[in-house]
Amino acid sequence: MAAASTPTSSPSRRGDDLRSSRGRNAKDRAVLTLLLLATAVSLIVLSVLAFDILGDGVGRLNIDFLTQYTSRFPDETGIRAGITGTLSLMVLTALMTFPIGVGAALYLEEFAARNRMTRLLETNINNLAGVPSVIYGLLGLSVFVYVLGFGRALIAGALTLTLLVMPVVIVAAREALRAVPQEIRSAGLALGATPLQVATRQTFPAAVPGIMTGLILSLSRAVGETAPILVAGAIFSRRADNEPWHPFEAYTAIPIQIYDFVKRPQSEFQIEVASAAIIVLMAILLLMNSAAIIIRNRYSRNI
Amino acid sequence: MSSTTRPEKLSTPSGQPGSPLISSRPRYGEKVALALLWLCAAVSVVTTVGIIVVLFTEAIALFNIPGVSVVEFFTDTQWRPFTDPESDLFRLGVLPLLNSTMMITALALAVAVPLGLGTAIYLSEYARPRARKTIKPILELLAGVPTVVLGYFALTFMTPLLRRFLGDEFVPIFNATSAGIVVGILIVPTIASISEDAMSAVPRTLRDGGYGLGATRRHVALKIVFPAALSGITAAIILGFGRAVGETLIVTLAAGNLPPSDLPAVNPFQQVQTMTAYITQAVGGESPRGSVTFQSIFAIGALLFVITFAMNLVASRIVRRFREEY
Repeated sequence: MAAASTPTSSPSRRGDDLRSSRGRNAKDRAVLTLLLLATAVSLIVLSVLAFDILGDGVGRLNIDFLTQYTSRFPDETGIRAGITGTLSLMVLTALMTFPIGVGAALYLEEFAARNRMTRLLETNINNLAGVPSVIYGLLGLSVFVYVLGFGRALIAGALTLTLLVMPVVIVAAREALRAVPQEIRSAGLALGATPLQVATRQTFPAAVPGIMTGLILSLSRAVGETAPILVAGAIFSRRADNEPWHPFEAYTAIPIQIYDFVKRPQSEFQIEVASAAIIVLMAILLLMNSAAIIIRNRYSRNI
Repeated sequence: MSSTTRPEKLSTPSGQPGSPLISSRPRYGEKVALALLWLCAAVSVVTTVGIIVVLFTEAIALFNIPGVSVVEFFTDTQWRPFTDPESDLFRLGVLPLLNSTMMITALALAVAVPLGLGTAIYLSEYARPRARKTIKPILELLAGVPTVVLGYFALTFMTPLLRRFLGDEFVPIFNATSAGIVVGILIVPTIASISEDAMSAVPRTLRDGGYGLGATRRHVALKIVFPAALSGITAAIILGFGRAVGETLIVTLAAGNLPPSDLPAVNPFQQVQTMTAYITQAVGGESPRGSVTFQSIFAIGALLFVITFAMNLVASRIVRRFREEY
């Protein structure tokens, strides 16, 4: 590389490198190529994944697949139980996550004094976000399934997912509250409102779109999670007598059914049926993410 | 530290005593409402305490079962939890699972560190704003793919690919390499985005100084920005490590359920069983509470928790202690 160096140039490699423009350009190009390749790998993997799944699964996607319960026969099987189970889980989780997450965010953002106690709470929330999701499953299995005696019930899964997404929801809700202009709070207080009135009637409503965006994004994470509910008692398949499901009934979900399909020996299940179920799951996730983006865009236009 | 930079809170919950704007009538409703908000925030603390208490009490229950010993758990080289604890066949040493987890994690980091750092350097130092605006959402999309989907991908795409190129007799259906590569792909977005944040935080003046001395973009990126952001990059890799250790579905589906019996196991083309994979295998068996199988998943969980918690702690320490001040 240092071929162009003259006898008078310094012996150090870096010196040569800086002076010889040809070797330098070649090296620059090589590094840029490597960096581009590294970046491209993620994009390539994502497209290969998408084509692989669409190619294997589209053939099995039809109305029957969405409305039938699981069967031994690949041609008659469907993921109705997974879809209704996932929707029930999502609703229950949202109902519990929203009030608790918003309450915690309001407290931390609007009321908490800047002291050690608050810092401890914040550190704790950050640390919880780094705990592997399977550990939440163990917590749910012990506390909700056994100690509280819910058994392998939908509510145990929903509570587990609630604890799992709580740190993410709190962080997102705090960001939304922080984005509310300080003038709104000052105006409210100047008019004689108490801090709580300002928080609940001014700050919170102004932050609702941001909070909803964060909530939907966290729920979309919960919907794709398999490990926590697998450990906390979800079953592979069931026929429900009543839908949406009773919170104290056994439950399944789309990711759990995908896991079950992939583990079966027949390739119709392992590849085709699993891919079709993955397409449904990814479609739900994309829908949720689009909803979150639409809410975010509307919100930023209005302010 | 943040208390000095943040604006003071407008008021304490109960208002300043003696402040003329606060009515003298006590507002009990407000006190209750604030207590409720505080309780919501306390849920996170309860969760942490719950995780620790549950994992350790259930793990202790394992070691109270006759035939199970703590010392053997950490030193024995065989993992045979499904045998009768009173029999001679019974061995309960976590090392085979730990070995498997570390093998998968090493493979994952071997894939994710070059890819993640390459992506981060490109995005932070080379990419035009438009390219960045296209690539970052795609990375987020990759980060949002459920792990069960990546597990399917590892088993039905990556494994056949490896088998075709390296030979069926050399690569079994369940193998650590396939799972390790896909776990690596899973943590690329984590490493890339945190490293990119660290590199973007390096002040422009440092880059300008480099360019002023005649350095090319490559020199500035690799010799100035990269070293300056090293603490953040290290933290990113440690966080990626933590994610790889805790990953469950990819390893369960693609790496198999056979704990290696010859330790240390180093052949990446063998079937293994990670700590997380054992947890899913053991719950699938519907073993009753109090049995070795049931209690052992909590002992494994406790170990997993300690490892990932230590990793996160180290990462945040590194960021705090070695952050370059400009």
